[in-house]
Amino acid sequence: MRPDAPRGTAAMGASQTRNEHKYHDLADKSGFSLEQIENLYKRFQQLSDNEETISREQLDSIPSLANNPIKKQIVEAFFDKRNQHHNEVGSCGEIGFEQFLMVMSHFRPPSLKTTEEEKETMRKVKLRFLFNMHDTDNDGIITLVEYRKVVEELLSKSGNIEQEAAKAIADAAMLEVASTNVPHMAPDDFYEGITFEHFEQILKGLEMESRMHIRFLDVDTPTLRCGKSTS
Amino acid sequence: MAATWQFALFICMLLTESRGQSLGSDVTTKIITNFSTRTEVSPDSETGHNSSSEVTTLAIVSWRWEHVSTPYLVALWVLVSWLCKFVIESFPSVTNVIPESALLICFGWILGGIVWAADLQQTFSLTPTVFFYFLLPQIILDAGYSMPNKLFFTNLGGILLYAILGTVWCAATLGLSLWGCQEGGAMGDLNIGLLQYLLFGSLIAAVDPVAVLAVFEQVHVNEVLFIMVFGESLLNDGVTVVLFNVFDAFVKLGGPAINAVEIIKGIISFFVVAFGGSLVGLAFGLLVSLLSKYTKNIQIIEPGFVFVLGYLSYLTADMLSLSAILSVTFCGVCCQKYLNSNMAESSVNTVRYVMKVFANGSETIIFVFLGISAIDKTIWVWNTGFVLLTLFFTLVYRFIGTFIQTWWLNQYRLVPIAFIDQLIMSYGGLRGAVAYGLAAMLDDKRIKEKKLMLGTTLIVVYFTVILQGITMKPFVTWLKVKRAAVAEVTLVEKVQNKVFEHSLVAIEDISGQIGDNYLRGKWKIFEEKWMSRFLLTSEARKKQDYIFNVFHQLNLKDAVGYVDEGERRGSLEFIRNESAFIDFKKKFGDEFSEVLPDIMAAASDDPDSMRKDPVSSVSLQMHEKAMQGTRETEDIDAHHLLQQHLYKGRKQHLHRYSRNHFDINTDDNEVQEIFQRTMRNRLESFKSAKMGLAPAKTITKHTKKDQQQQMPNGKSMDSKNYYANDEGFEFSEGDSASGSKASGGSFPFKFNYKAGAGIENPSFMPDQDPMGPMQIPPWQAQDEPDGTVSPSQRAQVRLPWTPTNLRRLAPLRISNQSNDSFAQADTPASPEKDQKRPPPPPPPHL
Repeated sequence: MRPDAPRGTAAMGASQTRNEHKYHDLADKSGFSLEQIENLYKRFQQLSDNEETISREQLDSIPSLANNPIKKQIVEAFFDKRNQHHNEVGSCGEIGFEQFLMVMSHFRPPSLKTTEEEKETMRKVKLRFLFNMHDTDNDGIITLVEYRKVVEELLSKSGNIEQEAAKAIADAAMLEVASTNVPHMAPDDFYEGITFEHFEQILKGLEMESRMHIRFLDVDTPTLRCGKSTS
Repeated sequence: MAATWQFALFICMLLTESRGQSLGSDVTTKIITNFSTRTEVSPDSETGHNSSSEVTTLAIVSWRWEHVSTPYLVALWVLVSWLCKFVIESFPSVTNVIPESALLICFGWILGGIVWAADLQQTFSLTPTVFFYFLLPQIILDAGYSMPNKLFFTNLGGILLYAILGTVWCAATLGLSLWGCQEGGAMGDLNIGLLQYLLFGSLIAAVDPVAVLAVFEQVHVNEVLFIMVFGESLLNDGVTVVLFNVFDAFVKLGGPAINAVEIIKGIISFFVVAFGGSLVGLAFGLLVSLLSKYTKNIQIIEPGFVFVLGYLSYLTADMLSLSAILSVTFCGVCCQKYLNSNMAESSVNTVRYVMKVFANGSETIIFVFLGISAIDKTIWVWNTGFVLLTLFFTLVYRFIGTFIQTWWLNQYRLVPIAFIDQLIMSYGGLRGAVAYGLAAMLDDKRIKEKKLMLGTTLIVVYFTVILQGITMKPFVTWLKVKRAAVAEVTLVEKVQNKVFEHSLVAIEDISGQIGDNYLRGKWKIFEEKWMSRFLLTSEARKKQDYIFNVFHQLNLKDAVGYVDEGERRGSLEFIRNESAFIDFKKKFGDEFSEVLPDIMAAASDDPDSMRKDPVSSVSLQMHEKAMQGTRETEDIDAHHLLQQHLYKGRKQHLHRYSRNHFDINTDDNEVQEIFQRTMRNRLESFKSAKMGLAPAKTITKHTKKDQQQQMPNGKSMDSKNYYANDEGFEFSEGDSASGSKASGGSFPFKFNYKAGAGIENPSFMPDQDPMGPMQIPPWQAQDEPDGTVSPSQRAQVRLPWTPTNLRRLAPLRISNQSNDSFAQADTPASPEKDQKRPPPPPPPHL
């Protein structure tokens, strides 16, 4: 799946052979390599205390997440059925490994071999993920209230900024979107919120598609902790 | 343009003239040579025209060229170089094709030719001392200071790889290949050993940040490519100098004395020098940051510290024989963030500008002198084989080196560097002044072929800067290299970016991967916890948040745009007014929205989101400074009388000469007074309007903004009426241009507005005499205590906030119902209108 990645350093353990078939399915679905899936599975088990499913509380209690201002949104995204690409809406109480993996797959990096069309789809999927994070009620529009909430959370950890300022920033940002997307607004028009198209439009400059990824290691994380980070 | 040319030529002639005049005297030549090495003019050389002739009578004026010759020549050359740049930049069509640096070098040739023609020798040339101690540091400091930190550290691995391995690779391969060629007999009989070839290789290996920046800044390639080339060129300068010193030491030792121990020592010293220099730079950077925390009281020289300490970091590292270039680079990189948040905004701008002036200025001088230095018969020793082979090898090994390293790097990079980018990166390996400076430093006693090396270096520099520089742009276009997106920063992008970054960190946390984002997140926490506490003022810490900063910047921009708009329309007065209003507004913000809930409600379609927002959004620290003035409103009757009569004039910038302070319009009383006058005028006009003195008007304004503003009642009439009463007062252009038409009748007024609300409010009046019974003394218009200020006045306080003008300052006026508070505030004053609020208290003395 990822031809540019060195593979095979951590060979599949004998104990995993029964999972191999399942992994192949998942690899096809999510685009991860087998090694990466195995790693993520280990992590999943660690988080879920070796259960089949994982709950919100378990994700919430990850210590390194504690300082993340938008922790809530992120955790919610894992339980959001929209991110599973099954055309379902709503959120589930617990997720299994497959769902976990699918959410993770939004953050897969592109490779040199990725074609333009694939990149385009990837971009859409990634943007959709971000969009869904904002659009909590799934009406296809990020309303001001929803947007404000995110901005407030975002600024909440800085501590020094009053809520009013956060509000003002959200409002200003919203206004900006409105003025760029609907430049000719009749006096009585009311800008309801950011649609996905507008969202795409405003994020054009950020080049999300080439930046929205993290490094999924092919080998066990602990062994390469230091070496990988600098290169 | 011809005049410019003539002027430039004139100055050149002046220069050569000043030389030619005393050509015969040995003394002046000595002085000139002294100039070029920048040593002090020794006192015994001052035996010019004056002292030689005996003093018989008192000379009223005398010619004392020798006294000033050195600084004079320096200043003249700086002027000439800058004029060259000026001339070049006057022809944008030329600079579009040929990069500025190349043109500057050509100018240098011409100037050098003139000097040569006059002197028959090259008296001015770039010496290593001048270059390394006076021209280079500010360029590097500027590069470090304006480094996009995040990008730089994200790609640090790659940059370090290119800078260190790439340089070593280029130096080694070039040296070895040339040596091989010599052994093969390709270059005739040259007296150069292997070590000397390696030394030459190391000096020519460095990609020069000055040249690279000069070219790449004009090309606008994408940011990753840019940071790669730029970061590499910056760091590998340091690396080259270190490498050069190591090989120089080897050459000094001589071939036989070199054994394994010495080589190991050399390698160790390489790393010690490079990292030691960086550490010195970091230490100085922290020092500057720490200092800037406490320099509030000496704002005038506050910006100077970064320059002095930056220069000191350079010199200190040099003194310790560590890498000076790396030192000053990291000094800039380290202090930029803290300086920007600690210092006052004006100081930050000063630093930014002065830095650019220095850097750009000395960059210009460097290129011109690179050209001048070439016009000198004495430095040229030609060896076709050597020159061509050097050119060929530098180019080829640069390509090979880049490809090998990138291939290796791509194994680990998440987003691999594309093939085209690699091509540009290799092709962007421009050599520059650093190589020349190092070549000029070669010791000609030990290196017999120094002249050949120097000449070849110059050729390589010219070839890369001029030829590669010119072809770079077509090359980039032809290869369709991804360009940088030139986009305005928008708030929403920043917010999204932040959301996005946090999501990445969170996903890494959840998936248990330790990646770049993880490290960055940890560093952020560490920085917030420790670095900020020690290095930032408490105030700055508050403003530190990125989004907030952008918000602030955008607000400032809007405010500036608002002012510009006003100036464009020719009525400056409303601006001055505004400052008074804003202060007031902030002060009354809360009560205001309580007292006038109907306005707020009317202004909004979306009641739950609207309420207090306009207030809170404007009160964002923007005018905090100016607001003390409004406090002391009660006890100033007499004072006001005086103020009114003694008011000084219209100049907004009230300069008092002082070395320590630079105050602009911070006179509380003045602000106060402006406010009072406004109030008076308003009441005045209101009254006259009521008496039917003024015709109703319809004013239609067209501005860029499309949103339309409907006002039931307006305020321009105030000014009109007032003006009508006050003959001799100049009409502001905005008013006269607004195409006002009399529509007859007295009230109600109907104003049709587009985005211009608040502009025609000429509330600041120049000197005027108190007028008749209509006049309301200023203190009476205003001197009620805060709590009892009448609604109309409070409402008026809101005047300048027009949503269409200040998009962000008054966000959320998305729905476009009229909400100009001033209009509504005035409404109740007219008896014909529906009244929602109690009328304002009748002006006294009616």
